[in-house]
Amino acid sequence: MAHYEAVIGLEVHVELKTNTKIFCHSSTEFGADPNHHVCPVCLGLPGVLPVVNKKVVEYAVKAGLALNCQIAAFSKFDRKNYYYPDLPKNYQISQYDLPIAEHGHLEINVNGANKYIGITRVHMEEDAGKLVHQGTISTTPYSLVDYNRTGVPLIEIVSEPDMSSADEAVAYLEKLKAIIQYTGVSDCKMQEGSLRCDANISVRPVGQAELGTKAEIKNMNSFKALHKAVSYEIERQIEVLEDGERVVQETRTWDEARGETFSMRSKEEAHDYRYFPDPDLAPLVIDREWVNEIKASLPELPDERRDRFVKVYGLPEYDAMVLTGTRELADYYEQCVELYNNPKLVSNWVMGDLARMMNVSGQEIQDLRISPHQLAKMLELLDKGTISGKIAKTVFEEMFKTGKDPGKVVEEKGLVQISDAGLIDKVVEEVIAANPKSVEDYRAGKEKAIGFLVGQVMKSTKGKANPGLVNELLKEKLGK
Amino acid sequence: MQLHYLTAHQLHDMLVSKQISAEELTRAVFDRIEQVEEKIRAYVTLTQEQALELARQVDKARLAGETLPLLAGIPVAIKDNMCTKGVRTTCASKILYNYIPPYNATVMERLNEARAVMLGKTNLDEFAMGSSCENSAFFTTCNPWDTNRVPGGSSGGSAAAVAAGEAILALGSDTGGSIRQPASFCGVVGMKPTYGAVSRYGLVAYASSLDQIGPFARDVTDCAMLLNVICGHDPLDSTSAPYDVPDYTAFLSGDIKGTKIGVPREYMGEGIDPAVKEVIQKAIDVYTGLGAIVEETTLPHSEYALPAYYLIAPAEASSNLARYDGVRYGYRAGEAEDLVNMFMQTRSEGFGAEVKRRIMLGTYALSAGYYDAYYNKALKVRTLIKDDFDRALEQYDLLLGPTAPVTAFKRGEKVDDPLQMYMVDICTLAVNLAGIPAISIPAGMVDNLPVGLQLIGRPFGEGDILRAAYAFEQNTDHHRKLPE
Ligand SMILES: [Zn+2]
Repeated sequence: MAHYEAVIGLEVHVELKTNTKIFCHSSTEFGADPNHHVCPVCLGLPGVLPVVNKKVVEYAVKAGLALNCQIAAFSKFDRKNYYYPDLPKNYQISQYDLPIAEHGHLEINVNGANKYIGITRVHMEEDAGKLVHQGTISTTPYSLVDYNRTGVPLIEIVSEPDMSSADEAVAYLEKLKAIIQYTGVSDCKMQEGSLRCDANISVRPVGQAELGTKAEIKNMNSFKALHKAVSYEIERQIEVLEDGERVVQETRTWDEARGETFSMRSKEEAHDYRYFPDPDLAPLVIDREWVNEIKASLPELPDERRDRFVKVYGLPEYDAMVLTGTRELADYYEQCVELYNNPKLVSNWVMGDLARMMNVSGQEIQDLRISPHQLAKMLELLDKGTISGKIAKTVFEEMFKTGKDPGKVVEEKGLVQISDAGLIDKVVEEVIAANPKSVEDYRAGKEKAIGFLVGQVMKSTKGKANPGLVNELLKEKLGK
Repeated sequence: MQLHYLTAHQLHDMLVSKQISAEELTRAVFDRIEQVEEKIRAYVTLTQEQALELARQVDKARLAGETLPLLAGIPVAIKDNMCTKGVRTTCASKILYNYIPPYNATVMERLNEARAVMLGKTNLDEFAMGSSCENSAFFTTCNPWDTNRVPGGSSGGSAAAVAAGEAILALGSDTGGSIRQPASFCGVVGMKPTYGAVSRYGLVAYASSLDQIGPFARDVTDCAMLLNVICGHDPLDSTSAPYDVPDYTAFLSGDIKGTKIGVPREYMGEGIDPAVKEVIQKAIDVYTGLGAIVEETTLPHSEYALPAYYLIAPAEASSNLARYDGVRYGYRAGEAEDLVNMFMQTRSEGFGAEVKRRIMLGTYALSAGYYDAYYNKALKVRTLIKDDFDRALEQYDLLLGPTAPVTAFKRGEKVDDPLQMYMVDICTLAVNLAGIPAISIPAGMVDNLPVGLQLIGRPFGEGDILRAAYAFEQNTDHHRKLPE
């Protein structure tokens, strides 16, 4: 298979976080009762007209700028015509040949290598509603329609076909998500559908200039799914070619349960959307000064922040990259460092125990009970020797679960480190008496045997003994 | 004189001086409707109870000493393609036969603020597609001057209602002549304002870049009064123009000395009935006599207006009418086996022949591979037509010609020949493509049928048009003629 290469481009839909819809005043709130956030305009009733929400244009411009795009001076909305019951007008207001932003790029890092991925365009459009089936779409006796999502503003971000592996596709989507989140124009929650991704994938023999026939893959609802689907599809297409057959241009859907992509029938492909300029909306003339204002309002973006972390905190490139992966994580880290000035140690805790426990519990930074302030205080206790490194892990776990202050956890659980030589001395005596074999081994030159003895002391003090002190005392008593 | 044949400004004076009450006036017009509606069939829906209630409220307010707007208590008919909250709005289509809007069109809000009294909803060609009212899914409206003849279209119901004394004023919509041509056929005043002057919010769209709401009236003063109420920027319509609306009645001075009027030779040439031409020629003489300078001019791309219109309007319509699918409101075909069949059967049974013809035409014009050859080329022609008008209106204050090439034709005469039917609009279509204002006023009769004079003005030059129209009216009595 080494003599094939994949060509991958992504189309990403991002829901903009405006209070109201793109062409009316209905709310964009998620999770309301069906058909609660609707009005004549987003229901497409006879006679209604759209009026563009200026905030949507502002957010689209902001996203475009963050993705290094050129912002159009003149842009317009077009109608994309197709029939579907979740689309009340049976056309979607979108942008066809004059999108709001074009010619951008972002930088990804895969296996230590940096790569630029081109952004073809960013355009604005309205979301459709949602069909509610009784069971599956093919067996349902009837379907209900919820128009709450209808008219929620979206931007579609189309990449150049610059990626060549599943890893790169995931890295691109992660970076894109981070950048958009940093700008604050979207939550980018894949689970809630505020970030959706389709992939165009083709393969070709290495060295062939001409692109292979592509398939469009839909329905990938997580980064994991994206990785699996892209990997699967690349292998599938290579197999097709190896078998001497041809790849069919079609839309395929990712079936997470079966771990396969399968064809959605090429009938869908025959669509002629008959795009034409929407006569209900005047073209957008974008004021340069306004664009400059929006540009000035952009926050520090992931790449800049990463570079600053390296420079200011002296972090390794990798740490800086991970910590700046989301705005929230980077904020958390910086708040912590501000209170406890040991950037690398904080980084180790945030990337280590905190990340691990977040992974296990499925929590996001904004859901955490443990505050940066509490983490900093715990690190101080560690510094002072109030708790050992080992106990710190226990304390941290408890803080993570309960949100209690480290001091309180230590007190409640009696976890203060025992540094009283007299107390430890007694236990050491007992351990030596109870383990003559190990004592003998040690004396015979088996250095490792002391580790076992230290462990026994820690065990009987429930981990509270100061490990340095235990070591010292043992060596002293065993005559070395 | 019967109340139903008086003008709004006369009736306003009578209401203010308490010679009559609004309720009496409304009752008088409904009496007239009862008397003639069987023959004319102007209305799809009458709202008598609601109208009388509104009229009583106006009377009460006036008795309480409130100063009311000029149109307070004046009975108005509304074309049935403008949304009226709680009142069926059908577009004369089977597909919307039971549709009751939950909101008011902006023009309705404005009429309500002006405390005008809506009488009901008038007949039209289905979705405003047609020139004779014969494309109504329900029934055909008759011309009050000769009930064997059509009232014109698509706003035939509104025009006939005003002509027959079944309304004092009316609103219509004009996409290619749909106000002016029926005004011409029915011998009333009808005006298409500049695109963007009147909000389209709540007007059920036929061709969005061409549609414009405008007034029907029995004289120019009434036309100006109604225009005052409906014009103005609307934040709900992105294509509505932010501009300072003047008081249009202030233009009615009668003085047009020195006004330069161009007569496009294309509007006085082949295809225009010689008898109609003669009436227009006499109108030109009136203007010359009043001190206007009337000269021949040219709009060289006129012959392309009709083909361009019949690509642009259907293209927009094919998309605008896509929403009528039986899913949310209106007619839904029963017994469809699946979704796609429900769409197809609903639309196949719900739309009439002309609507289907235009949907197909427009779908074709926008299709991949044909877009550039048809739709895009039509847009370029549209620009050329606009340029023609720009040039002509640089040189002349107004352009003058017939509104329609013929007088009202017999019912059934052109129904089997769509092209013949389309030709009736050759003098009006180009004005919509250019987005400029124009009026049709009664200019004389041919064989006891009215002939309309069309005056075309610069963008937002409604005032200049009204000034010239008023001068003509003051010096002729065509507008005083009434059908029997
Ligand atoms: Zn809405």
